[in-house]
Amino acid sequence: MANASHRAPAASLLYRRQRRRERWEKTGYFMASFGMLLVIWETSRALGIINPLLFPSVGAVLESCVAQLRDGSLQTHMYASFMRVLVSFTIGIVLAVVCGFLIGWFRVVRMLLDPVINFFRSLPPIALIPLMIIFFGIGETSKIVVLSYAAFFPALVVIYQALVSLEPIYIRAGKALGASNLEIFRRIILPQLVPHIITACRVSLGVCWATLVAAELIAAQRGIGAMMVEAQNFFQMPPLVLGILLIGAISLVMDAIVRLIERRATAWQEKMP
Amino acid sequence: MDQGIRIDNVGMTYSGLSGQVEALRAVSLAITPGEFICLVGPSGCGKTTLLNIIAGFLTPTCGAVEVNGRRVQGPGPDRGVVFQQYAVFPWLTVRENVAFGLTLGANRLPRAEADAIVDHFIQLVGLGDFEHAYPKELSGGMKQRVAIARSYAVNPAVLLMDEPFGALDAQTRQFMQESLLQILEQERKTVVFVTHGVEEATYLASRVVVMAARPGRIREIIPVEIPYPRLAEIKTTPEFVRIRARIDSVVREEFRKQRDRG
Ligand SMILES: Nc1ncnc2c1ncn2[C@@H]1O[C@H](COP(=O)(O)OP(=O)(O)OP(=O)(O)O)[C@@H](O)[C@H]1O
Ligand SMILES: [Mg+2]
Repeated sequence: MANASHRAPAASLLYRRQRRRERWEKTGYFMASFGMLLVIWETSRALGIINPLLFPSVGAVLESCVAQLRDGSLQTHMYASFMRVLVSFTIGIVLAVVCGFLIGWFRVVRMLLDPVINFFRSLPPIALIPLMIIFFGIGETSKIVVLSYAAFFPALVVIYQALVSLEPIYIRAGKALGASNLEIFRRIILPQLVPHIITACRVSLGVCWATLVAAELIAAQRGIGAMMVEAQNFFQMPPLVLGILLIGAISLVMDAIVRLIERRATAWQEKMP
Repeated sequence: MDQGIRIDNVGMTYSGLSGQVEALRAVSLAITPGEFICLVGPSGCGKTTLLNIIAGFLTPTCGAVEVNGRRVQGPGPDRGVVFQQYAVFPWLTVRENVAFGLTLGANRLPRAEADAIVDHFIQLVGLGDFEHAYPKELSGGMKQRVAIARSYAVNPAVLLMDEPFGALDAQTRQFMQESLLQILEQERKTVVFVTHGVEEATYLASRVVVMAARPGRIREIIPVEIPYPRLAEIKTTPEFVRIRARIDSVVREEFRKQRDRG
């Protein structure tokens, strides 16, 4: 903890101990929560509430997971999905930051583009898939385009709205201290935007991931979505359920990573307890 | 050439959703270098507006302001500003806030020299134990002290202060008043200082400018002919009490007039 020097050491120790206890408690509840899910899953199969033929057991899903890890097909699928999300997310966010600044900075650009942006933002990315398949075929390009689009718009809106609602008083304070325009931008505007850019990343990552599966369900040889379609075609229930679980788990992990970065980068912000 | 501040027939009219507000009308004032001007007057009489015009944040609708012979066209490091709403950067620690001005291209100093200045002003405002704290961990008065140290650090020729000690407790305020006068003993500056406190104005100012509201204008200028350095003890001398009473009566009259109209 970098900023503990102004606190009494005893108070800081107490604080840290309390934080540690809170973390353990959270982990406990996390495990219990998913444990409950597994119990419900198994008992409803045992009691016949869901047809055991249509829904595999926990063990069968694990078995299929291990088998696919052994022959390397699971890794291939996950790698394909990951790369798609990573590439498209990066393209989408970079474009969103650049465009967000242009739109937030220049009033004319903002007034002109605001209505169109709202139109495209409310258009679900999946709606573009058929058109993109005709434009770019069923290869990687069409998926990357759709996913970048999915990442771009939510991030764009978050960023430019943050920019428009910045407090002018900090810019004034900077100018009165002698800051140049570049210094105002780098040292006063940018730091205030960091939390918003991280929020934008969280939102975009979520949308990107959700769209990925849809894109893969329709046209792909590799990827978690493709794996699920194949399983469905051959009526293999364990890999299908495995796909569902993986998608949920991966987006949880990604969100947790972004939240961790967020906590580090926004320590200065006042937050609701 | 050092020529102080010339406020020449300045008028300011805001136009907003609720119509036009004439915040200032025909305000003229010549401030000689090294003078300490206190602006007092009822709430809404345009004190902040006038300060923002001198700082260069606002362009007056008529008239002009010159600082040291140059017409004000925007803000600059020759005029330090302490804002009514603190404006401490929340993403920087206390130390980084105080050091901010000195790390800018416009007033960059050698590292060791800058560090010494920052140390000095952090100690002066009594925040030595908090240099690595973020503003969210500070009280209102402490934030204001950070803002004050931040603008002292760049050593501007003109200090514009908008109710800087308003949020402080009586003891800290007294201490900050004395420190400000001490700093001015060492480095001559021209100060324009907005306050609601008549006693504060009398203690600090070489001239007190009483303003009237709607439209905001200068009602009376009262010189405080007590030589500097002024120790806190002068607040009980008959001369001080007499001048304070005089300012108080003008301020009270303005306040009453404004209430009767509103
Ligand atoms: N941005 C603005 N837009 C429209 N009207 C404004 C604006 N800022 C100030 N005013 C009006 O101008 C007048 C003077 O405001 P100003 O803030 O300068 O007063 P003040 O003397 O600093 O008051 P206080 O002592 O309460 O701080 C007020 O009537 C206020 O309503
Ligand atoms: Mg004011």
